[in-house]
Amino acid sequence: MNRSLVTIADHSREKIEYLIRMAQEFERKPNRLLLQGRVVATLFFEPSTRTRLSFETAANRLGARVIGFADPKVTSGTKGETLKDTIMMVSNYADIIVMRHYLEGAARYASEIAPVPIINAGDGANQHPSQTMLDLYTIYQTQGTLENLNIFMVGDLKYGRTVHSLLMAMRHFNPTFHFIAPDELKMPEVYKTYCHQHNIRFVEHQDFDADVIAGADILYMTRVQRERFTDLMEYERVKDRYLLKLPMLSKARDNMRILHPLPRVNEIEYAIDDDPHAYYFQQARNGLFARQALICDALGITLEDIRNDKTIL
Amino acid sequence: MKREQLIVSALDHGTVIDHIPCERLFEVINLLHLDQMSSKITIGYNLKSHKMGTKSIIKIADKFFTDEELNQLSVVAPNVSLSIIRDYEVVEKKQVCLPDELTGIVKCNNPKCITNNEPMRTLFHLVDREKGIITCHYCNHEQQIKEVTLS
Repeated sequence: MNRSLVTIADHSREKIEYLIRMAQEFERKPNRLLLQGRVVATLFFEPSTRTRLSFETAANRLGARVIGFADPKVTSGTKGETLKDTIMMVSNYADIIVMRHYLEGAARYASEIAPVPIINAGDGANQHPSQTMLDLYTIYQTQGTLENLNIFMVGDLKYGRTVHSLLMAMRHFNPTFHFIAPDELKMPEVYKTYCHQHNIRFVEHQDFDADVIAGADILYMTRVQRERFTDLMEYERVKDRYLLKLPMLSKARDNMRILHPLPRVNEIEYAIDDDPHAYYFQQARNGLFARQALICDALGITLEDIRNDKTIL
Repeated sequence: MKREQLIVSALDHGTVIDHIPCERLFEVINLLHLDQMSSKITIGYNLKSHKMGTKSIIKIADKFFTDEELNQLSVVAPNVSLSIIRDYEVVEKKQVCLPDELTGIVKCNNPKCITNNEPMRTLFHLVDREKGIITCHYCNHEQQIKEVTLS
């Protein structure tokens, strides 16, 4: 059985809930020797310090050893080696491969050829399932449920793969989405069609102010990148309209939490960091527990194994 | 026989592929690897057709294709008609049918797809038969079947 994790979009509701329970165990006790004697490879064909550190920390805190590369310039890929050859070579050394690649579909292909499980740590604009898993875990943690939530997505909804994956993964839980984005970065039609097909309610907003935010359980902020705009006049016109400022939280619900996949530039005012609604740093911390769960699941370690674990430090 | 009709010797054993759109003829030839065959092949190009205006036809002696091979044809020419000939008789007529999976036929239109950057076979899934929409197994990009380029 291929235990690789390429996308979370195919996961059932039960599987998502199962992984959340696993992550809870790791949040309770993150330091264990559950993976002692195992080798985890982290192959980053595209640099991503944040994701790599999170995966490597997850492996290290479970007692595994980590090999790999952080910078594609040092690999044989630059000498013309195919992805297949690199994956087959590393499969001889490691029990599991965590890979980030700039090409879309690279992780799927690797999972079909590798004799060891592959975890997709991002493949181009396509999928980034560990980010989705930590988002789901954070939503569950802050709301006590994934059911019937009002999730507001703000900023770059066109290219932001995190919002697309989250949208698809939430389909099991009867969410209502609210999309707030400039015209050039609107939620693509294909995802609105996806919502229609799965009976997911969504609303599109022009305004982004205290009255709109008052309806939110989750406010998922993303970065509006200048380079996404073909018309720089348009960028100058809209860039400040999607910035979150402290007074805009005046009518927010008590349970509302602000998430952001990070890195943030200026889309969340720094004054908000100390507000009880801010949750993006805890969200990043959850990445550790979510990734511990994903690595264990890919290696065939069950929730039962984790609950009966005698290696807790 | 009227003089404008094409005179081709009758086929005793083999396959006739008729009603090929002329602009797709050479793709059909490539797809079925006819250039690598040693059997007798007759190709008619820019022939008159009541149904289509112009059409192309291919007659291949002593060759019977598998359904899988023929179904690949549906990507470039979904409306061709096929006749299987044995002892000068048409023993079977077939229509091609778009398969649920297309392996190694279609090129992905996403330049950042792994299949365009690695020596490997492409794979597409038919997601909407009516609208003719396929998606790449690897990068998930959608394509219209009538707009594809072959790999």
